[in-house]
Amino acid sequence: MRKMTKALTGMSSALILSTAIPGMAKADELTLCWAAWDPANALVELSKDFTAQAGTTMKFEFVPWPNFADRILNELNSGGKLCDLLIGDSQWIGGSAENGYYVKLNDFFDREGIKMSDFAEAAVNAYSTWPKGTPNYWALPAMGDANGWFYRKDWFTKPELQAEFKAKYSHDLGPPQTWDELKQVAEFFTGREIDGQKVYGAAIFTERASEGITMGATSALYPYGFKYEQTPGKYDMDGAVNSPDSVAGLEAYKALYKCCQPPGYTDSYMGEGLDAFKSGQVAMAMNWFAFFPGLYKDENVGGDKIGFFVNPKQKVAASTLGGQGISVVANTDNMDGALAYIKWFAQPDVQKKWWALGGYAVHKAVLNDPSFKDSQPFAADFLMAMNQVQDFWQEPSYAILLQAMQKRLHDYVVADKGTAQEALDALVNDWKEIFEDEGKL
Amino acid sequence: MLARSTPTTIAARVRGLSDRAIAWLFITPTIALLLAINIFPLIWAVYLSFTNFRANRPNAEVVGVGLRNYQRVLNDPDIWIAMQTTAHFVFWTILFQTVIGFALAYLIDRKFRGHAFWTTVILIPMMLSPAVVGNFWRFLYQPQIGLFNYIVSFFSGIPPSSFEMLGSVTLAPWAIIVVDTWMWTPYVMLICLAGLRSIPDYIYEAAEVDRASAWRQFWSITVPMALPFIMLAVLFRGIENFKMFDMVMLLTGGGPGSTTEVASITLKREAFESWLTGRSSAFAIILFVAVFGLANIYVKALNKVKQR
Repeated sequence: MRKMTKALTGMSSALILSTAIPGMAKADELTLCWAAWDPANALVELSKDFTAQAGTTMKFEFVPWPNFADRILNELNSGGKLCDLLIGDSQWIGGSAENGYYVKLNDFFDREGIKMSDFAEAAVNAYSTWPKGTPNYWALPAMGDANGWFYRKDWFTKPELQAEFKAKYSHDLGPPQTWDELKQVAEFFTGREIDGQKVYGAAIFTERASEGITMGATSALYPYGFKYEQTPGKYDMDGAVNSPDSVAGLEAYKALYKCCQPPGYTDSYMGEGLDAFKSGQVAMAMNWFAFFPGLYKDENVGGDKIGFFVNPKQKVAASTLGGQGISVVANTDNMDGALAYIKWFAQPDVQKKWWALGGYAVHKAVLNDPSFKDSQPFAADFLMAMNQVQDFWQEPSYAILLQAMQKRLHDYVVADKGTAQEALDALVNDWKEIFEDEGKL
Repeated sequence: MLARSTPTTIAARVRGLSDRAIAWLFITPTIALLLAINIFPLIWAVYLSFTNFRANRPNAEVVGVGLRNYQRVLNDPDIWIAMQTTAHFVFWTILFQTVIGFALAYLIDRKFRGHAFWTTVILIPMMLSPAVVGNFWRFLYQPQIGLFNYIVSFFSGIPPSSFEMLGSVTLAPWAIIVVDTWMWTPYVMLICLAGLRSIPDYIYEAAEVDRASAWRQFWSITVPMALPFIMLAVLFRGIENFKMFDMVMLLTGGGPGSTTEVASITLKREAFESWLTGRSSAFAIILFVAVFGLANIYVKALNKVKQR
């Protein structure tokens, strides 16, 4: 009888705890917010280990990319409590730090012995620090990413095409090393009929609404020598943003768009680019490394049919930065649980498993492993890309800076408005006005 | 005055409350709701329009900036271009929808065999969600697989993939006008049909007796008597198209470049992408005053036509 009373008391207590008091239930539950894409699925798999070890139930709020910024930034701005942990874009760091949305992690890192020197320097700089380059950490690097390229290896290795290409350009048909070569290869394939289908050279980013065309065009601008400022931190943009090198880079991007983008791809980003490649329309496509594991596994275009290459250089080697850090949302009701997740995630073994599952770990224990380069067909390119990444402004006003660039680039590249010089001059004026309003100029 | 005619017995039955008290009891929640979701945001937006407030920086100090936001909006060439784009859409969509809508109403009013079936068919686009219509037409306009390009190609001989309705600076505005006309002409048709059906038959019979030609009857009876209805349709569509957002967003997102960026899209970008809340509030107030003012002038003209 006594046993039965105990059992009944225990059961009723458990019932009350699990249903009646949401705040209490929250203590054993964490919600992690991120974008809805392949790596997010890998993180769900990885996090099962955390639940097994810590007994904390993990909930996930994954938002489709086109709505990701709107949805999550609205959540942060309105002081919502949806997310305990957030894997947010690198550009958000400045605003989130200054507005108190993220928890500063320095003391926690010191206390737990988490060293930022254990992670790739470029990743720490981009995903964790604000002000940029200072040892003030607002996130742990979670998902290293950069814009890279993939191509139809099966088309590139066709003997008749190789011979024709060599006769025309006097070098071998292969992954392009420079933007000039990229254009040659793209032009070579454009309009050609392969496997009974008319194909095109390259699928590139042209999306207008969020960040697409900026991420695409900077993949040309950076290698040509584009800089945001003459002197870092001085906001002296004249002669950097609109330099002759920058103009040449933007012209190169437009030339690639004009010659070799499939018809109808005037507002295309990640999804459209993947569709163009998977449907056999293009010989090459740019996209984030995050998608490469999924592409490699694709039954139709993956495996032996696909090859990968890092963003081609021109004057310098450079890649556009993607990727995110994981932050603790200051508004969380479960600070201890959220920090425990960060501590667990920072462990070298967890980072190794993260890479194995399809996430892009940037922990040196993963990157410096001698077997890393051969662990995936795109691993060596990823390593190279992460060593040459450049990022957009991380200013608190990054959103308005981004919108200005989206408009000027789309006007020039897609809508044929003005020249590259005029577009970049106008962009400098837009940005100057923004920084003047911010009191930084 | 409120509910004075209600029998006192009802009030007596409800715990001794007066009719007036019961009436207020029912009306108060509605008034409170209207104040909360209509009037308060409007007043708040007017207040914000005179400040430097940014919704993504709730902790920053809010400073009054006088008329600076209004000055900046009115001096911003991009906003004037957006207003011109909006005016272009409003003009052409109203013109096409009125002419085609009235013509369809005139045909349907003839009551030919199967007219009820065709009326239903014509009304279908209007009943679809703009989200469905936007996505549907995006596929129709796709240069490689879209049906629209193939139809144009069939009649003109121009290769389907050689022109892009949504990606071309010259064609994109017209692509949106076509879709909006396709979707909303039935709405204009319905209003015009109501107007045509309201014209008494005896007027036409008298005109027949006077041997007026069909053309004369059309211009002297049909058009003048249906005019208030046509003007009403123009008013409704004008206000709606001035606010046009969903269709443009789904079809072009304001592109290519800023070619199809209408005022509502510019407003959304300023408010929720650039987070210039104060400035976007000023822009919203300017748009509100413009639509309200124009609509009032138009309603006065409409009343004059009705009184003729």
